[in-house]
Amino acid sequence: MPKNLYNKVFESHSVAKLPSGQTQLLIGLHLCHEVTSPQAFAMLREAGLKVAYPGRTFVTVDHIIPTTAEERQRPLRDSISEEMFVHLERNAKDFGIKFFGPETGEQGVVHVVGPENGLTHPGMTIACGDSHTATHGAFGALAFGIGTSQVADVLATQSLAMSPLKVRRIDFTGALKKGVTAKDVALAYIAKLGVNGGVGFAYEFAGPVIEAMDMEGRMTVCNMAIEGGARCGYINPDQTTFDYLQGRPYSPKGADWDRALAKWKAVASDVGASYDDVVTIDGSAIEPMVTWGITPAQGVGISEKLPAVESFSGSERQVVEEAYEYMDFVPGQSIEGVAINVVYIGSCTNGRISDLRAAASIAKGRKVAAGIRAIVVPGSQKVKAIAEAEGLDKVFTAAGFEWREAGCSMCLAMNPDKLKGREIAASTSNRNFKGRQGSPTGRTLLMSPEMAAAAAVEGKVVDVRKYL
Amino acid sequence: MSSPIKIVDQISGAGVPVRGNDIDTDRIIPARFLKCVTFEGLGAHAFEDDIIALEKQGKVHAFKNPAYIGGKVLVSNSNFGCGSSREHAPQALLRWGIQSIIAESYSEIFFGNCVSLGIPCFKVDHATADKILTWIEANPKASLDLSVSTRTLKLGAETIALQIADGPRGQFLDGSWNARASLLLNLAKVQSVAANVSYMQGYGA
Repeated sequence: MPKNLYNKVFESHSVAKLPSGQTQLLIGLHLCHEVTSPQAFAMLREAGLKVAYPGRTFVTVDHIIPTTAEERQRPLRDSISEEMFVHLERNAKDFGIKFFGPETGEQGVVHVVGPENGLTHPGMTIACGDSHTATHGAFGALAFGIGTSQVADVLATQSLAMSPLKVRRIDFTGALKKGVTAKDVALAYIAKLGVNGGVGFAYEFAGPVIEAMDMEGRMTVCNMAIEGGARCGYINPDQTTFDYLQGRPYSPKGADWDRALAKWKAVASDVGASYDDVVTIDGSAIEPMVTWGITPAQGVGISEKLPAVESFSGSERQVVEEAYEYMDFVPGQSIEGVAINVVYIGSCTNGRISDLRAAASIAKGRKVAAGIRAIVVPGSQKVKAIAEAEGLDKVFTAAGFEWREAGCSMCLAMNPDKLKGREIAASTSNRNFKGRQGSPTGRTLLMSPEMAAAAAVEGKVVDVRKYL
Repeated sequence: MSSPIKIVDQISGAGVPVRGNDIDTDRIIPARFLKCVTFEGLGAHAFEDDIIALEKQGKVHAFKNPAYIGGKVLVSNSNFGCGSSREHAPQALLRWGIQSIIAESYSEIFFGNCVSLGIPCFKVDHATADKILTWIEANPKASLDLSVSTRTLKLGAETIALQIADGPRGQFLDGSWNARASLLLNLAKVQSVAANVSYMQGYGA
C-alpha cells in the first residue's frame, strides 16, 4: 500500500507502544539551545541519568546572545544571560555533546546551524526545545518542537512519547509571481487555514510551487507550520534536497553517500499515498504578504485593505477586535503606506544567505529612510562569513543598515535588541504576538526580506514589486 | 525517576477566568522571564504584560484580581498556549497555583507540556466555556470540582461533561503522566531500533 513520508518515518522509528497508548518514537537528531535546556540537564543530574546518545545531540547559543561584537565579550553584561551561557557550555562538556559555540565560527540560530552543517537529513526524526524545529521538515524529516521535560526525555532515552498525527497535504499550484517569496507562501497558508487549523496535523507541502523552491525557501515554508498550529511540516526530498546536502560537514560521504541517497529517495511519499486532508492553494494568486494583527494568520496581500470586523464571526471576531485595538489600525485601511520605525532582517525564518541576498538586492544603491533603525542579523556565523565574502555587509552598511553578529535577536528580543514603546517593526521573523519583540506594547508587521528592506528604504510599508 | 508516582484525578479549587482566543505562551510568560536556569519564581510573572496593559485601561487581569488569586482552575477559550514551545509557560501557571485548565482547544506542544507536568487540560465547546467563565465571574472563590476519572466538572448544582482523550486521561490516572519512567524501561528496545535506522549508523553498510 502506498504510504506518505510521515507514516514511513513514524513507523521506522517506532520503538514500543506505551501503557498510555502513545508510541515511543526514536529521535534521530536532537538540537538544544540555552533557553529550554538548562532545566532538562538539571533533571538528568538530579535523577543520576546519562545522556543516552551524546553523539546525536548538538547545542548552540542563539536566543540570549547579543549581536554586536562589543556586547558579545565574555562575561556577558547581563549576568543571567552569562549564567545561561555558562550552563550550556558546562552541560555540553560534562555530557560529551558537540557545542557550536561562537569561538568555533559555527554558532548561530539552531535551525540555521543544523541544516547548513548537513545534520538534517531526509527520513530523520528531529526534536528540539523550540517550536520552530518544524524548519527541518524542509528536508523530508519529521521535526517537532518539544518542552523542557521532553528535552530531558530525549537526552535520557533518545526517544519521546508521541501520538501519531493526521497528515494534510497542501498543494501549491501554478508558479509564484515575481517578488513573491517563500515567506509570502507561509503567510498565505496560515491566513487561509488559520492559526489552529493545523492542530492534530502534520503538513505536507507539495505542488509545483514547492518543487521549484530552493532549500532555503522550503525551510521558510516549513518553519512557520507551527504558526498554523501544525507541530511539524515537511516537504518530500528531491534532487534539490540532495544537491543542498552534498559536501556539507556532517553529510555522508563516498559509499555512505550512495547508500544514504537510496534511503532518502525511498522515504518520499509514494504516488497514490493517502492523506487525511488535502488543500489546494493557487500559488500564482499569492501577493507579497504583510501581517497587520497579533497572530500570524492576520495577514493580507499588499494590495488588500484590512478586513472588516463584521466579516468574522464568533470567537475569531473577538481576536480581530483585539488586534485592531492593539495595533491601532482601522478596518478598511491599506497596509501599504503604514509608517514603521524599525526593520529587523534575520531569524530562523529568514536569516539565511538567500534571504540576505534578497534584502541586499533591494538595499543596494539605496538609503535607509531618516529615523529608521534597521538591523540585519545573519542566522549564523557561517551565513555571516558567506555574506561578507560576497560584500553584502558593505551593501547593507552603505545603505545605513546595521550589520550584526549571528543570533535570534529581535525575533523574540531576549538579547539587547528590542523595540521601544509603541514602535512598529517591519520584521522577517515569525511571530507578531503582543509584546513579542521586547516592548510590551511594541508592534510587529511580518513580511519577506525583500519587503522589509523596501520598508527600510521608504520608512513605510511598500510593495517591493515596484523595485523589481 | 526519584519522584514517587503521583496520581492526578480529583481537583477542587476556585476558577480563574482568562477570556480570549489564541492566548500565546509569550503572553503567559514574556520572553524576558525565560532568562533563568531554573523554573522557580516564574509564577510571579505569569501574564505580566497582559496585567500591565489592562491596568493602564483601568481593568484588572484575573491573575491580579484578589477575587481569583488562590484559584486552581484556569478557564479560557480557543487555541490556548499557542506559539513558543516554552515549558516556562505551564511552569509559570503551575507555580502561580493552577492545577488544571479548561478551554475550547489547546496548542499541541502546550498540551503535551502540561501532561508532563501533571496538569490536566480539559476541552469544552464554546458555549460551555462561556457558561463556565460567566459562572466563575458571578461566583469567584466558589469551588469547581473536576474529575479526570469521570471527565466531569461540578459547577454548583450542575454537572458538566469535560473532554480529555483516553491517552492522557490514563496517564493522569495511573501516574505515568511523566513519560520518562516508561521511556527508560525500553532503553534496550530504543537501541535495537536505532541499530536498524541507517543514519544512526552513519549509513554504513
